[in-house]
Amino acid sequence: MLRHTPFHSRTAPLCEGQNWRRWAGYLAAGSYELTHEREYWAIRNAAALLDVTPLYKYVVQGPDAARVLNHIMTRDIAKCAVGQVMYTPWCDDDGKVLDDGTVHRRAEDLFFVTSADPNYLWFCENAQGMRVTIEDVSDATAALSLQGPNSRKILNRLAAGILDGLGYFRTTPMQLRELPTVISRTGYTGDLGYEIWTENQYAEPLWDALMQAGEDYGITPMGILALDVARIEAGLILIETDYTSARRARIEGQKSSPYEINLGWTVNLDKGNFIGKRALAQHKKRGSDWQFVGLDVDWVALENVYAQEGLHPAVAGPAWRQSTPVYADDKWVGYGSSGCWSPILKKYIVLAHIQAPYNEIGTNLNLEVTVEHKRKQAAATVVKTPFYDPARKKK
Amino acid sequence: MANPFDVIVIGGGHNGLINAAYLARARKKVMVLERRHLVGGAAVTEEIFPGYKFSEFSYVVSLLRPEIIRELELAKHGLEILPLPSTFTPTLDHDYIAFWDDHDETRREIYRHSPHDADAYDDYGFQMYQMAKAIRPILSMIPPDPAALSFTELRRLLQLGQFARSLPEKTIYQLYKLMTMSAADFLDEWFDCVPLKGTKTASGIIGTFMGPRSPGTAYVLLHHYMGEIDGAFRAWGFAKGGTGGVSEAIASSARALGVEIRLSAPVSRVIVRNGRAVGVALENGDDLYADTIVSSLDPKRTFLKLVDEKELPDDFVDSIRRFKTRGSSGKVNLALSELPRFAAFESLVRHNDSAAPMRALRGAVSISPSIEYIERAFDDAKYGNFSQRPYMDMIIPSLIDPQMAPPGKHVMSIFVQYAPYNLNGGWNDARREAFGDAVINTLAEFAPNIKSAILHRQVLTPWDVEEITGLTEGNIFAGELALHQLFFLRPAPRWGSYRTPLRHFYQCGSGTHPGGGIMGAGGRLAALEILKDEK
Ligand SMILES: Cc1cc2nc3c(=O)[nH]c(=O)nc-3n(C[C@H](O)[C@H](O)[C@H](O)COP(=O)(O)OP(=O)(O)OC[C@H]3O[C@@H](n4cnc5c(N)ncnc54)[C@H](O)[C@@H]3O)c2cc1C
Repeated sequence: MLRHTPFHSRTAPLCEGQNWRRWAGYLAAGSYELTHEREYWAIRNAAALLDVTPLYKYVVQGPDAARVLNHIMTRDIAKCAVGQVMYTPWCDDDGKVLDDGTVHRRAEDLFFVTSADPNYLWFCENAQGMRVTIEDVSDATAALSLQGPNSRKILNRLAAGILDGLGYFRTTPMQLRELPTVISRTGYTGDLGYEIWTENQYAEPLWDALMQAGEDYGITPMGILALDVARIEAGLILIETDYTSARRARIEGQKSSPYEINLGWTVNLDKGNFIGKRALAQHKKRGSDWQFVGLDVDWVALENVYAQEGLHPAVAGPAWRQSTPVYADDKWVGYGSSGCWSPILKKYIVLAHIQAPYNEIGTNLNLEVTVEHKRKQAAATVVKTPFYDPARKKK
Repeated sequence: MANPFDVIVIGGGHNGLINAAYLARARKKVMVLERRHLVGGAAVTEEIFPGYKFSEFSYVVSLLRPEIIRELELAKHGLEILPLPSTFTPTLDHDYIAFWDDHDETRREIYRHSPHDADAYDDYGFQMYQMAKAIRPILSMIPPDPAALSFTELRRLLQLGQFARSLPEKTIYQLYKLMTMSAADFLDEWFDCVPLKGTKTASGIIGTFMGPRSPGTAYVLLHHYMGEIDGAFRAWGFAKGGTGGVSEAIASSARALGVEIRLSAPVSRVIVRNGRAVGVALENGDDLYADTIVSSLDPKRTFLKLVDEKELPDDFVDSIRRFKTRGSSGKVNLALSELPRFAAFESLVRHNDSAAPMRALRGAVSISPSIEYIERAFDDAKYGNFSQRPYMDMIIPSLIDPQMAPPGKHVMSIFVQYAPYNLNGGWNDARREAFGDAVINTLAEFAPNIKSAILHRQVLTPWDVEEITGLTEGNIFAGELALHQLFFLRPAPRWGSYRTPLRHFYQCGSGTHPGGGIMGAGGRLAALEILKDEK
């Protein structure tokens, strides 16, 4: 049986459509309402509350904690100040990405790490002989993500301190009412938002407190369908959708280096040795054939493609996640890995892997579109990501 | 000396701004002159009471053209249209009918009232959609004028013919009926359920001085379905920040394109020389000149107030005088300490769940329990009175966009019909309040807690609408959307193409094709015609 998160007693009665998905062995709401639309708008316009308990979570502690993590991660964890959070991928010896997540430095020698896949063994293997303990707190830590322009106001209503001082990608312990939590200003929506970490025993009162404090600010429980649209707008990559973990890849070609998936900025070749460094250095020198880019699909072209069959584009709805060919003239040059209609940009957007030289910003390509069982092509332009980047995210 | 501006646009409502933006996009130097201290005209948000923001006049975005959203990059300039997914109609016996955004849920709800209607509703929706698909292109093209058989007109007619040809015969007959029948008769052919018909007919009478039994009201029913086709663009919904959010986004786009918008600059007259418009005179005494002058004001104000009659052909002046602008709607905007509790909620919870009332309040609430109810409301107006029990269309913007009211408080927008412009004895403060009382008393029959929840109220009669926005007789669409005032007849025969009898003088407001509402089509199409004439 799939597990229930500690919020299940609260989320289940709200999940009107019984639209449950699976996420890391847990039941996760796809959408609470029958469609995800209002939940999406809550992220952009009010506040949305997402149960992110299914994330894998680890506590890495000890005098060598920073060294161990710095050896595993591509970013320079030594530079991560106490109270700071870093987003980073980690690679195998060949410099191919295994997973990505966030590293929270809660104290000089205490780190909290999140990931999409289980990494306990990998972390332990790479900590051998070091003065460090690694604890898998995945099942003991309840987590909520509160995203949207009103998220700060809601937390301020509950917080013993005040959240105005908490910068982007910073973390702090915070008493919410009487509940001990740790808050990080992180999320997966590209908007102003926070993630709240606590022990399971406080899960239900935490949910209740947030829902109550948020009532006047339009708080809306959100499922992962709305999240998926928001993260595509934010240009954020999703494991097993936009890239395959080197651990699970069946063939070499399915693996990616950070440079191929727009994560080159996270690789710090100037720091000391770390896993995959040598391969990554070579990779950087060689340059990568593939780039992970945004595609902006031309609406008039899309209208024309549908009009050929007497139809009007039907694009609203959940994001798609199946590989979709992309062409330059008639040559196959890559594939879209996820895409959606962006309600806020009023554009049809796609995250795509495109080969050089077709991945330069501004290149005109064609995305395959199936209309009435027929394969067609609609013009699309290579654009920078994030597609959507509101100033409030960092303000 | 060359004029500093190529074009002057009179009026900074959404159509004037769109017109200016398109002209600026074609590298024209454009100035917009707006009488008020803010842009938007009938599409404004104003903080009438501290902390409470009202979409003062228009309150839902229905048919804003997707090509305008795209071409003027309105999303980039802050346009957000939030979903307004349901319509809830309480009835006098404390029951209700609800139209949800989920098809099956709506079907089940209608089935509760009439199994026949539940199936008919699907067929109806399908046919309306097909017809809307055929008619919709007209919204984005210059209306063909069958009387002027030039080659271009013929080609346009043929284009339209092609849309129509793709329709099955049955749909064509329906279309014909739709153009000629009353909303009530048309719906009677389809449905039995009383509140269903009441609610559906309502969309046929909005902005007209007609009742649901008046012929010609059926056509407007189509408009709703046109919005559905534009669904992805969310052509139907509530603008973030209120309706003024739409105007602000357009103004921001226009400014980025180089348009200069001058506020608090009322125009008193169009300066004409030898049958050609050459400039405008401002009320403050300034004269401004430009090669082209565009008016976004309604046809009556444009041709009977701003232009000297002597400059215009008699028959043209006659048809503008006859152009029907009978104002029939009012608006009541409330600041509330708590949400309304409809007596029908008990039944709503019984048939659904405890979350249903909140869902209903997040959509539109319609006081239209039957066709008869609305026809009676019209009867009052026919004889020069406001409706004692009016038709009302309400939304609670603060539930959709929390920034519209202080936390925990709410704003409510009530569109009311009928309130005739020509009220017996004329409007005054006492009658305005009496009208406001009639609205609240009626509402209290359905939502008993409303009176005690009201913190502030703003009542707008057609006189107020005219006074504030300049819309003649307070007609919300700058001229009724009746068949004899649509397409190539809007606003006058031979002048359905945004041109006027004066050279270099154009019109682009809601009084032109394809008509009122926050659609922007007039502004855009007029700009395209102006640019065409230049070549
Ligand atoms: C009460 C009400 C409710 C409505 N509800 C809806 C709705 O829910 N949905 C919808 O789609 N539509 C609705 N409408 C209709 C819609 O708002 C109008 O059709 C539309 O906003 C008109 O836009 P416009 O740009 O053509 O004209 P306007 O918005 O009327 O703009 C004209 C502008 O010209 C200015 N002006 C006037 N005289 C002068 C002068 N002499 N010099 C300079 N400037 C001048 C005015 O101040 C105004 O800003 C409603 C209208 C009203 C009145």
